[in-house]
Amino acid sequence: MIEQKQQEIIEEFAFFEEWMHKYEHIIELGKEMKGLSDEEKKDDLLVAGCQSKVWLKANLNENGTVHFEADSDAIITRGLVALVVSVFNHETPQEILNANIHFMNDIGLVSNLSQTRSNGLAAMVKQILLYATVFQAQQKSN
Amino acid sequence: MDNVTLQHKMKELRNQFPTLNQTVNGRPLVYLDNAATTQKPQRVIDSITEYYTKWNANIHRGAHFLANASTEKFESTRTALAEMLHANFREEIIFTQGSTDSVNMLSTILENEVEEGDEIWVTEMEHHANFVPWQVLAEKKKAVFRYIPMTPSGEWDIDYAKKELGSKAKIVAFNYVSNALGTINPVEELVAIAKNAGAYVVIDGAQAVAHFDINVQALNCDFFLFSAHKMYGPTGLGILWGRKELLEKLPPYRYGGEMIRKVSVRGTTFNDLPFKYEAGTPNIEAVIAFNESISFCKEVGRADMHAHEYFLLKTATEQLKAIDGMTIYADLENKVGVLSFNMEGIHSADIGTLLDQQGIAVRTGHHCTQPLWEKLGTTGSVRASFACYNTPEDVELFIEALKKSVNMLR
Repeated sequence: MIEQKQQEIIEEFAFFEEWMHKYEHIIELGKEMKGLSDEEKKDDLLVAGCQSKVWLKANLNENGTVHFEADSDAIITRGLVALVVSVFNHETPQEILNANIHFMNDIGLVSNLSQTRSNGLAAMVKQILLYATVFQAQQKSN
Repeated sequence: MDNVTLQHKMKELRNQFPTLNQTVNGRPLVYLDNAATTQKPQRVIDSITEYYTKWNANIHRGAHFLANASTEKFESTRTALAEMLHANFREEIIFTQGSTDSVNMLSTILENEVEEGDEIWVTEMEHHANFVPWQVLAEKKKAVFRYIPMTPSGEWDIDYAKKELGSKAKIVAFNYVSNALGTINPVEELVAIAKNAGAYVVIDGAQAVAHFDINVQALNCDFFLFSAHKMYGPTGLGILWGRKELLEKLPPYRYGGEMIRKVSVRGTTFNDLPFKYEAGTPNIEAVIAFNESISFCKEVGRADMHAHEYFLLKTATEQLKAIDGMTIYADLENKVGVLSFNMEGIHSADIGTLLDQQGIAVRTGHHCTQPLWEKLGTTGSVRASFACYNTPEDVELFIEALKKSVNMLR
């Protein structure tokens, strides 16, 4: 499922020939995302970020899938965060841990996710995997 | 020199910088991140290549032709620097790895000079590199870490220093020019206050050396430091000037080769200046190539460079002011070509991302000056900084791209 969602995003972005339209779409996604309330945007949900901040919240649903909510103080990062959340949301911890995340590179917005320290996305993905690890351990102990 | 002649002279310079002649994201590169690092003229690049092609040898030791030739070239940069800074002695010039390294060296070798209850002073405007090492030293020695506040206009509150900085002050460290705002600080005034208090005076000149001539004697400080790469030179090289009598008195920083006179199992004696502070094989090619940067700046003339950059700054500032929701920080007369700003309701990182898409290189974020932004009630800015090779066309492209970015983000 994660792979399918990534393919959909890649196809969606393939329509945009100009950088402007790509970014306009990202900005739109950022504006549309529900995000977190100001009360939730506290340091304990802050994943990192040198320039823009990213907050991430995760809950394990009754059906065994994970529900992520996230936010950022920069609108482009917010749009990228929305994409990341949409890919990982409502998947099981096992599926999340098994996933190969490549769509960021493929849509040509982030050349190398692991090097994008400044916008906090790499830290966000790392935190998602950490949550998945913890949730998986919880499932096994239940 | 009238402005037209000056523009013409600077435009010619641009051809000497090969990195500027390229496209980024399909657009001509407009490089406005010069406060972070300047591009290098061809003669500096050639000098590095020439060193490895012709002269490579370890300096100060081998008794052979290449070692002698590279040593001579290496040491002639030291002589050129002594001349550039108006130092009394060429051995007062110490090569380090950069400004951060220089401050760390100073905060280490001055450690024994600081006692419990002494005061170590910085300003609220400092780069973290000239802030954190002093803060850590103060903690270590149970000294009091104090700072001269910054006003909302982006200047030092010098009256605070006049009132509060007294005989308890042991070290006073401050920048000549603010990297985040471009403010040229009244360093002479603060040196006088600090000297009167009997403190060691450290000037971080990293943002000053590419824009105006420096005379360490006239400044009357004890230590002056800067990085080669912000003065059209190679990275990984810092210059630290210190008063000879102090450098002779203070302990070594790093221990190893080059800095020793005699080593035996019973003990070690240390070499004279400047070698006492230059342990290990230095960044030889950077030191040699930096001589070309020194000549470049001298030949062009820093007064002309500054006048040109100031013209670009004023042109850009006026145009930015016409944009709705614009906040310009430290919109002062006495500035170098640094333009720091924010747009209402827009994150600086978003502007940086969209400018980059249009080939415009700026810096966004806190610029390693978090206390400064805390004072100004925000977390960072967009910073466009000009160098001698920037042109009015660069300013035009920047303003146009900025307007486009803002339209997309609003």
